[in-house]
Amino acid sequence: MTDPQPISYLPIFIFIVLSVLFGVGTLVISYFVQPRIFNRSKLSTYECGSEPVSDARNPFPARYYIIAMLFVIFDIEIIYLYPWAVVFNKIGLFGLVEMIIFIVLFLIAYVYVWKKGGLAWD
Amino acid sequence: MDTVFQIVFILVHIAIIMGGVLLHVAYLTLAERKILGDMQDRLGPMEVGWHGILQPIADGIKLFFKEDIIPSGTNKIIFSAAPILSLVPALIGFAVVPFGRDSLHIGNVTFAPVLTDINIGILYILAFASLGAYGVLLGGWASNSKYSLLGGLRSAAQVISYELPLGLALVGPILLSQSLSMVSMTDAQGGGFWNWFVIVQPIGFVIYVICALAETNRLPFDLPEAESELVAGFFTEYSGMRFAFYFLAEYANMILVSSIATVAFLGGWHAPFPFLEFIPPIFWFMGKVYALLFFFIWLRATVPRLRFDQLMGFSWKIMLPLALANILVTSIVAYFVRQ
Repeated sequence: MTDPQPISYLPIFIFIVLSVLFGVGTLVISYFVQPRIFNRSKLSTYECGSEPVSDARNPFPARYYIIAMLFVIFDIEIIYLYPWAVVFNKIGLFGLVEMIIFIVLFLIAYVYVWKKGGLAWD
Repeated sequence: MDTVFQIVFILVHIAIIMGGVLLHVAYLTLAERKILGDMQDRLGPMEVGWHGILQPIADGIKLFFKEDIIPSGTNKIIFSAAPILSLVPALIGFAVVPFGRDSLHIGNVTFAPVLTDINIGILYILAFASLGAYGVLLGGWASNSKYSLLGGLRSAAQVISYELPLGLALVGPILLSQSLSMVSMTDAQGGGFWNWFVIVQPIGFVIYVICALAETNRLPFDLPEAESELVAGFFTEYSGMRFAFYFLAEYANMILVSSIATVAFLGGWHAPFPFLEFIPPIFWFMGKVYALLFFFIWLRATVPRLRFDQLMGFSWKIMLPLALANILVTSIVAYFVRQ
Protein backbone atom coordinates (compact mmCIF):
# COMPACT_ATOMS: atom_id res chain seq x y z
CA MET A 1 0.00 0.00 0.00
CA THR A 2 1.20 3.51 -0.63
CA ASP A 3 2.47 5.87 2.00
CA PRO A 4 -0.14 8.47 2.95
CA GLN A 5 2.37 10.64 4.85
CA PRO A 6 2.68 14.29 3.78
CA ILE A 7 6.47 13.77 3.77
CA SER A 8 6.15 11.83 0.51
CA TYR A 9 5.18 15.12 -1.14
CA LEU A 10 8.49 16.73 -0.15
CA PRO A 11 10.41 15.38 -3.19
CA ILE A 12 7.71 16.79 -5.45
CA PHE A 13 8.03 20.21 -3.86
CA ILE A 14 11.82 20.07 -4.30
CA PHE A 15 11.37 18.90 -7.89
CA ILE A 16 9.11 21.88 -8.67
CA VAL A 17 11.57 24.33 -7.11
CA LEU A 18 14.47 22.71 -8.95
CA SER A 19 12.81 22.76 -12.38
CA VAL A 20 11.79 26.41 -11.95
CA LEU A 21 15.40 27.18 -10.98
CA PHE A 22 16.61 25.24 -14.02
CA GLY A 23 14.38 27.36 -16.26
CA VAL A 24 15.23 30.70 -14.69
CA GLY A 25 18.93 29.85 -14.31
CA THR A 26 19.31 28.84 -17.93
CA LEU A 27 17.62 32.03 -19.10
CA VAL A 28 19.82 34.19 -16.83
CA ILE A 29 23.11 32.52 -17.88
CA SER A 30 22.11 32.64 -21.54
CA TYR A 31 21.30 36.36 -21.09
CA PHE A 32 24.95 37.05 -20.23
CA VAL A 33 26.54 35.10 -23.08
CA GLN A 34 24.31 36.11 -25.99
CA PRO A 35 24.99 38.95 -28.41
CA ARG A 36 22.68 41.95 -28.38
CA ILE A 37 22.70 43.98 -31.57
CA PHE A 38 20.01 46.63 -31.73
CA ASN A 39 17.91 46.83 -34.86
CA ARG A 40 14.49 48.46 -35.02
CA SER A 41 12.94 46.12 -37.56
CA LYS A 42 14.18 43.10 -35.66
CA LEU A 43 11.94 44.12 -32.75
CA SER A 44 8.76 44.27 -34.80
CA THR A 45 6.49 41.24 -34.66
CA TYR A 46 6.25 38.88 -37.62
CA GLU A 47 3.57 39.61 -40.19
CA CYS A 48 4.77 38.01 -43.41
CA GLY A 49 7.41 40.68 -43.92
CA SER A 50 5.15 43.72 -44.09
CA GLU A 51 4.79 46.37 -41.35
CA PRO A 52 2.56 45.06 -38.51
CA VAL A 53 -0.93 46.54 -38.68
CA SER A 54 -2.57 47.60 -35.40
CA ASP A 55 -2.39 45.79 -32.06
CA ALA A 56 -2.59 42.02 -32.22
CA ARG A 57 -4.84 41.66 -29.19
CA ASN A 58 -8.05 41.89 -31.16
CA PRO A 59 -11.33 40.50 -29.88
CA PHE A 60 -11.60 36.80 -30.64
CA PRO A 61 -14.64 34.55 -31.10
CA ALA A 62 -16.70 33.84 -27.97
CA ARG A 63 -16.66 30.16 -29.03
CA TYR A 64 -13.40 29.72 -27.17
CA TYR A 65 -15.02 31.04 -24.02
CA ILE A 66 -17.99 28.70 -24.30
CA ILE A 67 -15.67 25.73 -24.81
CA ALA A 68 -13.70 26.75 -21.72
CA MET A 69 -16.89 26.98 -19.63
CA LEU A 70 -18.12 23.60 -20.86
CA PHE A 71 -14.72 22.15 -20.04
CA VAL A 72 -14.85 23.38 -16.45
CA ILE A 73 -18.35 21.95 -15.92
CA PHE A 74 -17.65 18.56 -17.49
CA ASP A 75 -14.20 18.25 -15.96
CA ILE A 76 -15.59 18.65 -12.46
CA GLU A 77 -18.08 15.89 -13.21
CA ILE A 78 -15.27 13.65 -14.47
CA ILE A 79 -13.23 14.30 -11.33
CA TYR A 80 -16.13 12.76 -9.34
CA LEU A 81 -15.55 9.52 -11.23
CA TYR A 82 -11.98 9.17 -9.92
CA PRO A 83 -12.70 8.54 -6.21
CA TRP A 84 -15.65 6.40 -7.26
CA ALA A 85 -13.37 4.22 -9.40
CA VAL A 86 -10.89 3.82 -6.53
CA VAL A 87 -13.50 2.47 -4.08
CA PHE A 88 -15.54 0.63 -6.73
CA ASN A 89 -15.05 -2.83 -5.17
CA LYS A 90 -16.02 -1.66 -1.70
CA ILE A 91 -19.29 0.15 -2.46
CA GLY A 92 -20.83 -2.64 -4.57
CA LEU A 93 -24.17 -2.43 -6.35
CA PHE A 94 -25.18 0.79 -4.60
CA GLY A 95 -22.16 2.62 -6.02
CA LEU A 96 -22.71 1.18 -9.48
CA VAL A 97 -26.36 2.28 -9.64
CA GLU A 98 -25.51 5.70 -8.21
CA MET A 99 -22.86 6.24 -10.87
CA ILE A 100 -25.16 5.08 -13.68
CA ILE A 101 -27.70 7.69 -12.54
CA PHE A 102 -24.91 10.28 -12.40
CA ILE A 103 -23.70 9.46 -15.91
CA VAL A 104 -27.28 9.56 -17.25
CA LEU A 105 -27.69 13.07 -15.74
CA PHE A 106 -24.34 13.97 -17.31
CA LEU A 107 -25.58 12.70 -20.69
CA ILE A 108 -28.81 14.73 -20.41
CA ALA A 109 -26.76 17.89 -19.86
CA TYR A 110 -24.47 16.88 -22.72
CA VAL A 111 -27.36 16.32 -25.17
CA TYR A 112 -28.88 19.65 -24.09
CA VAL A 113 -25.63 21.48 -24.83
CA TRP A 114 -25.32 19.73 -28.19
CA LYS A 115 -28.92 20.56 -29.22
CA LYS A 116 -28.46 24.18 -28.13
CA GLY A 117 -25.52 24.42 -30.52
CA GLY A 118 -22.86 24.73 -27.82
CA LEU A 119 -20.60 22.27 -29.61
CA ALA A 120 -21.00 23.68 -33.12
CA TRP A 121 -17.95 25.41 -34.55
CA ASP A 122 -18.66 27.59 -37.59
CA MET B 1 22.54 15.48 9.80
CA ASP B 2 20.08 12.84 8.78
CA THR B 3 17.68 15.42 7.34
CA VAL B 4 20.49 17.07 5.38
CA PHE B 5 21.47 13.69 3.97
CA GLN B 6 17.83 13.05 3.03
CA ILE B 7 17.56 16.35 1.17
CA VAL B 8 20.86 15.81 -0.66
CA PHE B 9 19.73 12.32 -1.56
CA ILE B 10 16.45 13.65 -2.99
CA LEU B 11 18.35 16.33 -4.94
CA VAL B 12 20.63 13.71 -6.49
CA HIS B 13 17.63 11.54 -7.35
CA ILE B 14 15.85 14.47 -9.00
CA ALA B 15 19.02 15.39 -10.90
CA ILE B 16 19.22 11.84 -12.27
CA ILE B 17 15.58 11.93 -13.41
CA MET B 18 15.84 15.42 -14.91
CA GLY B 19 19.11 14.58 -16.64
CA GLY B 20 17.66 11.37 -18.03
CA VAL B 21 14.54 13.09 -19.29
CA LEU B 22 16.44 15.98 -20.89
CA LEU B 23 18.86 13.56 -22.55
CA HIS B 24 15.92 11.59 -23.92
CA VAL B 25 14.30 14.81 -25.14
CA ALA B 26 17.49 15.81 -26.95
CA TYR B 27 17.83 12.47 -28.67
CA LEU B 28 14.11 12.23 -29.37
CA THR B 29 14.48 15.29 -31.61
CA LEU B 30 17.32 13.56 -33.47
CA ALA B 31 15.39 10.28 -33.63
CA GLU B 32 12.41 12.14 -35.06
CA ARG B 33 14.50 13.80 -37.77
CA LYS B 34 16.26 10.54 -38.61
CA ILE B 35 13.06 8.46 -38.73
CA LEU B 36 11.21 11.10 -40.75
CA GLY B 37 14.21 11.24 -43.06
CA ASP B 38 14.17 7.47 -43.54
CA MET B 39 10.44 7.46 -44.21
CA GLN B 40 10.83 10.19 -46.82
CA ASP B 41 13.81 8.43 -48.44
CA ARG B 42 16.47 10.90 -47.34
CA LEU B 43 19.23 10.83 -44.76
CA GLY B 44 18.34 13.43 -42.12
CA PRO B 45 21.15 15.17 -40.17
CA MET B 46 24.54 13.72 -41.18
CA GLU B 47 27.10 16.47 -40.56
CA VAL B 48 27.68 16.72 -36.79
CA GLY B 49 29.41 13.60 -35.55
CA TRP B 50 28.91 10.07 -36.87
CA HIS B 51 25.57 10.05 -38.75
CA GLY B 52 24.61 13.28 -36.95
CA ILE B 53 24.84 11.73 -33.49
CA LEU B 54 25.95 15.02 -31.90
CA GLN B 55 23.30 17.12 -33.67
CA PRO B 56 21.06 17.69 -30.57
CA ILE B 57 24.07 18.94 -28.57
CA ALA B 58 25.06 21.31 -31.36
CA ASP B 59 21.46 22.54 -31.55
CA GLY B 60 21.37 23.10 -27.79
CA ILE B 61 24.63 25.06 -27.76
CA LYS B 62 23.49 27.13 -30.74
CA LEU B 63 20.18 28.07 -29.08
CA PHE B 64 21.96 28.86 -25.82
CA PHE B 65 24.20 31.44 -27.49
CA LYS B 66 21.48 32.97 -29.68
CA GLU B 67 20.08 36.41 -29.03
CA ASP B 68 16.76 36.27 -27.18
CA ILE B 69 14.66 38.81 -29.03
CA ILE B 70 11.81 40.39 -27.07
CA PRO B 71 9.70 42.12 -29.73
CA SER B 72 8.26 45.57 -29.11
CA GLY B 73 4.76 45.65 -27.64
CA THR B 74 5.13 42.39 -25.74
CA ASN B 75 4.34 41.98 -22.09
CA LYS B 76 7.92 41.29 -21.01
CA ILE B 77 7.29 39.47 -17.72
CA ILE B 78 4.66 37.13 -19.10
CA PHE B 79 6.66 36.66 -22.30
CA SER B 80 9.66 35.47 -20.27
CA ALA B 81 7.74 33.41 -17.72
CA ALA B 82 5.45 31.55 -20.15
CA PRO B 83 8.08 29.11 -21.54
CA ILE B 84 9.10 28.17 -17.99
CA LEU B 85 5.45 27.69 -17.06
CA SER B 86 5.22 25.32 -20.00
CA LEU B 87 8.40 23.41 -19.20
CA VAL B 88 7.97 22.85 -15.44
CA PRO B 89 4.76 20.73 -15.59
CA ALA B 90 6.29 18.59 -18.33
CA LEU B 91 9.33 17.79 -16.15
CA ILE B 92 7.81 17.31 -12.70
CA GLY B 93 5.32 14.69 -13.90
CA PHE B 94 8.19 12.20 -13.93
CA ALA B 95 8.39 12.37 -10.12
CA VAL B 96 5.74 9.66 -9.76
CA VAL B 97 6.53 7.44 -12.75
CA PRO B 98 7.85 4.01 -11.67
CA PHE B 99 10.67 3.20 -14.08
CA GLY B 100 11.41 -0.28 -12.80
CA ARG B 101 11.04 -2.81 -10.01
CA ASP B 102 14.47 -2.99 -8.41
CA SER B 103 16.12 -0.33 -6.34
CA LEU B 104 19.60 0.69 -7.37
CA HIS B 105 22.27 0.28 -4.68
CA ILE B 106 25.36 2.46 -4.85
CA GLY B 107 27.51 2.16 -1.71
CA ASN B 108 25.09 2.44 1.18
CA VAL B 109 22.49 4.60 -0.54
CA THR B 110 19.49 3.12 -2.31
CA PHE B 111 17.70 4.71 -5.24
CA ALA B 112 14.10 3.58 -5.47
CA PRO B 113 12.76 3.12 -9.01
CA VAL B 114 10.27 5.94 -8.37
CA LEU B 115 11.10 9.30 -6.78
CA THR B 116 8.01 9.32 -4.58
CA ASP B 117 5.03 7.01 -4.59
CA ILE B 118 2.18 9.34 -3.65
CA ASN B 119 -1.24 7.71 -3.58
CA ILE B 120 -2.76 10.21 -6.03
CA GLY B 121 0.01 9.77 -8.64
CA ILE B 122 -2.03 9.89 -11.83
CA LEU B 123 -4.26 12.72 -10.58
CA TYR B 124 -1.14 14.73 -9.76
CA ILE B 125 0.25 14.31 -13.30
CA LEU B 126 -3.07 15.28 -14.89
CA ALA B 127 -3.42 18.32 -12.62
CA PHE B 128 0.01 19.65 -13.51
CA ALA B 129 -0.30 18.74 -17.18
CA SER B 130 -3.32 21.06 -17.34
CA LEU B 131 -1.10 23.92 -16.18
CA GLY B 132 0.98 23.53 -19.34
CA ALA B 133 -1.91 25.02 -21.33
CA TYR B 134 -1.39 28.30 -19.44
CA GLY B 135 2.19 28.52 -20.66
CA VAL B 136 1.03 28.21 -24.25
CA LEU B 137 -1.94 30.56 -23.88
CA LEU B 138 0.01 33.26 -22.01
CA GLY B 139 2.98 32.98 -24.37
CA GLY B 140 0.67 33.42 -27.35
CA TRP B 141 -1.08 36.39 -25.79
CA ALA B 142 2.06 38.13 -24.53
CA SER B 143 3.78 38.00 -27.93
CA ASN B 144 1.53 40.70 -29.41
CA SER B 145 1.54 38.87 -32.73
CA LYS B 146 -1.61 37.77 -34.54
CA TYR B 147 -0.24 34.35 -35.34
CA SER B 148 0.83 33.78 -31.74
CA LEU B 149 -2.52 34.85 -30.32
CA LEU B 150 -4.48 32.58 -32.66
CA GLY B 151 -2.07 29.71 -32.08
CA GLY B 152 -2.29 30.10 -28.31
CA LEU B 153 -6.09 30.25 -28.34
CA ARG B 154 -6.36 27.22 -30.57
CA SER B 155 -3.93 25.29 -28.46
CA ALA B 156 -5.76 26.07 -25.23
CA ALA B 157 -9.13 25.13 -26.75
CA GLN B 158 -7.68 21.91 -28.14
CA VAL B 159 -5.92 20.89 -24.93
CA ILE B 160 -8.97 21.41 -22.73
CA SER B 161 -11.27 19.64 -25.22
CA TYR B 162 -9.10 16.54 -25.30
CA GLU B 163 -8.52 16.57 -21.58
CA LEU B 164 -12.08 15.35 -20.97
CA PRO B 165 -11.89 12.06 -22.93
CA LEU B 166 -8.31 11.62 -21.71
CA GLY B 167 -9.43 11.81 -18.09
CA LEU B 168 -12.34 9.46 -18.80
CA ALA B 169 -10.10 6.93 -20.57
CA LEU B 170 -7.92 6.71 -17.46
CA VAL B 171 -10.92 5.88 -15.24
CA GLY B 172 -10.82 2.33 -16.67
CA PRO B 173 -7.33 1.44 -15.36
CA ILE B 174 -8.10 3.19 -12.06
CA LEU B 175 -11.27 1.13 -11.67
CA LEU B 176 -9.44 -2.11 -12.47
CA SER B 177 -6.46 -1.45 -10.19
CA GLN B 178 -8.50 0.27 -7.44
CA SER B 179 -5.79 2.86 -7.02
CA LEU B 180 -4.57 6.23 -8.30
CA SER B 181 -0.97 5.38 -7.47
CA MET B 182 1.26 4.64 -10.46
CA VAL B 183 3.10 1.93 -8.49
CA SER B 184 -0.04 0.04 -7.43
CA MET B 185 -1.36 0.36 -10.98
CA THR B 186 1.77 -1.33 -12.32
CA ASP B 187 1.63 -4.02 -9.64
CA ALA B 188 -1.94 -4.89 -10.67
CA GLN B 189 -0.77 -5.85 -14.18
CA GLY B 190 1.98 -8.39 -13.43
CA GLY B 191 2.25 -11.97 -14.65
CA GLY B 192 2.06 -11.67 -18.43
CA PHE B 193 0.62 -9.52 -21.18
CA TRP B 194 -2.89 -11.01 -20.74
CA ASN B 195 -3.05 -9.11 -17.42
CA TRP B 196 -2.28 -5.75 -19.00
CA PHE B 197 -5.17 -3.33 -18.94
CA VAL B 198 -4.95 -2.81 -22.70
CA ILE B 199 -6.45 -6.29 -23.11
CA VAL B 200 -9.60 -5.44 -21.13
CA GLN B 201 -9.61 -1.73 -22.02
CA PRO B 202 -8.77 -1.62 -25.76
CA ILE B 203 -11.19 1.26 -26.43
CA GLY B 204 -9.84 3.16 -23.45
CA PHE B 205 -6.30 2.71 -24.75
CA VAL B 206 -7.18 3.95 -28.25
CA ILE B 207 -9.00 6.97 -26.77
CA TYR B 208 -6.04 7.67 -24.51
CA VAL B 209 -3.48 7.54 -27.34
CA ILE B 210 -5.56 9.80 -29.61
CA CYS B 211 -6.09 12.32 -26.81
CA ALA B 212 -2.42 12.14 -25.83
CA LEU B 213 -1.49 13.07 -29.40
CA ALA B 214 -3.85 16.03 -29.23
CA GLU B 215 -2.60 17.08 -25.79
CA THR B 216 0.99 17.20 -27.00
CA ASN B 217 0.02 19.04 -30.21
CA ARG B 218 1.35 16.29 -32.44
CA LEU B 219 0.16 15.54 -35.94
CA PRO B 220 -2.60 15.04 -36.96
CA PHE B 221 -3.59 17.46 -34.19
CA ASP B 222 -0.81 20.04 -34.51
CA LEU B 223 -3.17 22.90 -35.39
CA PRO B 224 -1.70 25.32 -32.85
CA GLU B 225 1.47 25.36 -34.95
CA ALA B 226 0.02 24.70 -38.39
CA GLU B 227 2.89 26.02 -40.50
CA SER B 228 0.85 26.73 -43.58
CA GLU B 229 -1.57 29.11 -41.84
CA LEU B 230 -0.09 30.17 -38.51
CA VAL B 231 3.67 30.24 -39.26
CA ALA B 232 4.84 28.66 -35.96
CA GLY B 233 1.71 29.21 -33.86
CA PHE B 234 2.15 30.41 -30.31
CA PHE B 235 5.96 30.51 -30.46
CA THR B 236 6.26 32.54 -33.68
CA GLU B 237 7.96 35.38 -31.79
CA TYR B 238 10.17 33.24 -29.59
CA SER B 239 13.87 32.81 -30.18
CA GLY B 240 16.93 31.46 -28.40
CA MET B 241 16.54 29.69 -25.07
CA ARG B 242 12.84 30.57 -24.62
CA PHE B 243 12.09 28.86 -27.92
CA ALA B 244 14.18 25.91 -26.75
CA PHE B 245 12.03 25.65 -23.60
CA TYR B 246 8.82 25.30 -25.62
CA PHE B 247 10.56 22.68 -27.69
CA LEU B 248 11.79 20.83 -24.60
CA ALA B 249 8.31 21.01 -23.07
CA GLU B 250 6.69 19.53 -26.17
CA TYR B 251 9.06 16.57 -26.34
CA ALA B 252 9.14 16.02 -22.57
CA ASN B 253 5.34 15.93 -22.71
CA MET B 254 5.50 13.30 -25.45
CA ILE B 255 7.68 11.13 -23.22
CA LEU B 256 5.42 11.78 -20.22
CA VAL B 257 2.18 10.78 -21.96
CA SER B 258 3.93 7.68 -23.33
CA SER B 259 5.06 6.81 -19.80
CA ILE B 260 1.52 7.20 -18.48
CA ALA B 261 0.19 5.02 -21.30
CA THR B 262 2.82 2.42 -20.46
CA VAL B 263 1.94 2.41 -16.76
CA ALA B 264 -1.84 2.59 -17.17
CA PHE B 265 -2.36 0.26 -20.12
CA LEU B 266 0.81 -1.61 -21.13
CA GLY B 267 1.81 -3.11 -17.78
CA GLY B 268 4.55 -0.64 -16.85
CA TRP B 269 7.85 -2.45 -16.35
CA HIS B 270 6.32 -5.95 -16.50
CA ALA B 271 7.56 -8.38 -19.13
CA PRO B 272 4.96 -9.67 -21.61
CA PHE B 273 5.76 -13.31 -20.72
CA PRO B 274 6.89 -14.61 -17.30
CA PHE B 275 9.90 -16.41 -18.86
CA LEU B 276 11.21 -13.09 -20.17
CA GLU B 277 11.56 -11.64 -16.68
CA PHE B 278 15.34 -12.15 -16.67
CA ILE B 279 15.58 -8.93 -18.73
CA PRO B 280 15.74 -6.01 -16.25
CA PRO B 281 12.33 -4.31 -15.84
CA ILE B 282 13.63 -0.87 -16.77
CA PHE B 283 14.36 -2.12 -20.30
CA TRP B 284 10.79 -3.28 -20.68
CA PHE B 285 9.53 0.08 -19.47
CA MET B 286 11.78 2.01 -21.84
CA GLY B 287 11.06 -0.35 -24.71
CA LYS B 288 7.33 0.28 -24.40
CA VAL B 289 7.86 4.04 -24.16
CA TYR B 290 10.14 3.98 -27.22
CA ALA B 291 7.57 1.95 -29.17
CA LEU B 292 4.88 4.54 -28.42
CA LEU B 293 7.22 7.41 -29.33
CA PHE B 294 8.10 5.68 -32.61
CA PHE B 295 4.37 5.36 -33.28
CA PHE B 296 3.93 9.12 -32.69
CA ILE B 297 6.71 9.92 -35.17
CA TRP B 298 5.40 7.38 -37.64
CA LEU B 299 1.98 9.07 -37.52
CA ARG B 300 3.61 12.41 -38.28
CA ALA B 301 5.05 10.97 -41.48
CA THR B 302 1.77 9.35 -42.48
CA VAL B 303 -1.35 11.39 -41.77
CA PRO B 304 -2.42 14.88 -42.91
CA ARG B 305 -3.59 17.61 -40.55
CA LEU B 306 -7.24 18.00 -39.53
CA ARG B 307 -9.31 21.16 -39.90
CA PHE B 308 -9.96 22.98 -36.63
CA ASP B 309 -13.75 22.51 -36.56
CA GLN B 310 -13.26 18.81 -37.34
CA LEU B 311 -10.79 18.59 -34.47
CA MET B 312 -13.15 20.14 -31.94
CA GLY B 313 -16.14 18.18 -33.23
CA PHE B 314 -14.18 14.93 -33.04
CA SER B 315 -13.35 15.49 -29.39
CA TRP B 316 -16.76 16.67 -28.19
CA LYS B 317 -19.07 14.62 -30.39
CA ILE B 318 -17.23 11.30 -30.78
CA MET B 319 -14.50 10.84 -28.17
CA LEU B 320 -16.47 12.09 -25.15
CA PRO B 321 -19.58 9.88 -25.62
CA LEU B 322 -17.36 6.93 -26.55
CA ALA B 323 -15.27 7.35 -23.40
CA LEU B 324 -18.42 7.61 -21.26
CA ALA B 325 -19.90 4.48 -22.84
CA ASN B 326 -16.61 2.71 -22.23
CA ILE B 327 -16.75 3.52 -18.51
CA LEU B 328 -20.40 2.44 -18.22
CA VAL B 329 -19.75 -0.92 -19.88
CA THR B 330 -16.49 -1.44 -17.97
CA SER B 331 -18.04 -0.75 -14.59
CA ILE B 332 -21.09 -2.97 -15.20
CA VAL B 333 -18.95 -5.86 -16.49
CA ALA B 334 -16.41 -5.39 -13.67
CA TYR B 335 -19.24 -5.53 -11.13
CA PHE B 336 -20.62 -8.81 -12.41
CA VAL B 337 -17.20 -10.40 -12.88
CA ARG B 338 -16.32 -9.65 -9.26
CA GLN B 339 -19.57 -11.05 -7.87
